[in-house]
Amino acid sequence: MNWQNWLLVGAGAAVGAPLRYLTDRAVRARHDTVFPWGTFTVNVAGSLLLGLLTGVAWQAQLVAGTGLCGALTTYSTFSYETLRLAEEDAALLAAANVGLSLAAGLGAAFLGAGLAHAWWA
Amino acid sequence: MQHTAWRDQAPVLGVVALGGVLGAWGRYGASLLWPVHAGGFPWTILAVNAAGCAVIGVFLALLDEAWAAHRLVRPFFGTGVLGGFTTFSTYAVDVQRLFHDGHPGTALGYLAATPLAALAAVWSAATATRRALRRRGHREARP
Repeated sequence: MNWQNWLLVGAGAAVGAPLRYLTDRAVRARHDTVFPWGTFTVNVAGSLLLGLLTGVAWQAQLVAGTGLCGALTTYSTFSYETLRLAEEDAALLAAANVGLSLAAGLGAAFLGAGLAHAWWA
Repeated sequence: MQHTAWRDQAPVLGVVALGGVLGAWGRYGASLLWPVHAGGFPWTILAVNAAGCAVIGVFLALLDEAWAAHRLVRPFFGTGVLGGFTTFSTYAVDVQRLFHDGHPGTALGYLAATPLAALAAVWSAATATRRALRRRGHREARP
């Protein structure tokens, strides 16, 4: 068991998870809507950053990719917020949350990876 | 005022960070136990995400309807552990990589399968938990 790798992942996650919490709070404080913009923001930002990490050294992948981006983004909160919207008779918003998150997250991943290929990969 | 806000928030940030580390370790451990070769269907992260969605469905249904938990339980387990365990960025970048490396069929299949599995998991877990709680509530209400 390579304990240094676990430390790298843990160090990244110790930053990523609180950063997601703080971003969600900041976005909620600014936009008083039922649409979960906070989770949307961290998921798109994390996808862009992970795309940018294409081709970097594996240690950086572990700390910034698996650790930070992995903990900054979330699928569980995303799907729970979608379920809540669907249950609160906001089916259109629920569908929009899925559609927008997938489109923007994927677009961000492609953009990040494209920039990474242009710069260093 | 600012002081009070910080005193309120510091423990929350602490348990979110701790939970996030534990969740990320769980995800990293799963990826070591069940590695997926380059170009293969990312089953491990799909299973991690679906499992995290099922657990959050049970957990938040319990918190909403039955369990008067300590105020740090939700940030620790919901925001921290489950948020750190599941990942959106790896999902998005794996789809991008599958397209880029010439596996469009696998990319499209994975792109669709993850949200379907995640939503099915959170919906069925939350519904089953609420039903079980209500059945129990009915039984206990009877003399």
